[in-house]
Amino acid sequence: MSEKTLTRMDLSEAVFREVGLSRNDSAQLVESVLEHISDALVDDEQVKISSFGTFSVRQKTARMGRNPKTGQEVPIDPRRVLTFRPSHLMKDRVAAGNKK
Amino acid sequence: MIRSELVQKIADENPHLYQRDVERIVNTIFEEIIEAMSRGDRVELRGFGAFSVKKRDARTGRNPRTGESVYVEEKHVPFFKTGKLLRDRLNGK
Repeated sequence: MSEKTLTRMDLSEAVFREVGLSRNDSAQLVESVLEHISDALVDDEQVKISSFGTFSVRQKTARMGRNPKTGQEVPIDPRRVLTFRPSHLMKDRVAAGNKK
Repeated sequence: MIRSELVQKIADENPHLYQRDVERIVNTIFEEIIEAMSRGDRVELRGFGAFSVKKRDARTGRNPRTGESVYVEEKHVPFFKTGKLLRDRLNGK
């Protein structure tokens, strides 16, 4: 496995190569895509990208937790968490690509 | 929000771009993430989250219908961890 880490830069580079936009505009577009997804999620909207996956927000109720180091009980506030469910296509491609 | 609505929003903000180019741009971004993970790479998008690949060890599973034991091979699955900024925004911080 190569184990590289890609960043926004690599995504904008891909956009730059694919469409004849400037590097600056490409970076801006990558940012807009991430922003629109984030905004929708903050508005409690599910984001469903076909053949990629689904981002959804779940409400978690308050519960008592425990500090694993000290054993002390601490209340955990109710909160919203984001879950990502990969599409079948993504799962299949990731499984196939990483197969030994 | 679905893929086409996302494309529409970006297109509305960028009237100088053809809709089909916006579509290609959006597709390229998602495709690049899948390709990276298929190579075993991580994609870290600060503030948003990180896509990575997790290994699931081989195990002996059971066919829930027949109760029969089946060997399940080791496999790799996609994983997403929400970024700190987005996690905070979801909770009104």
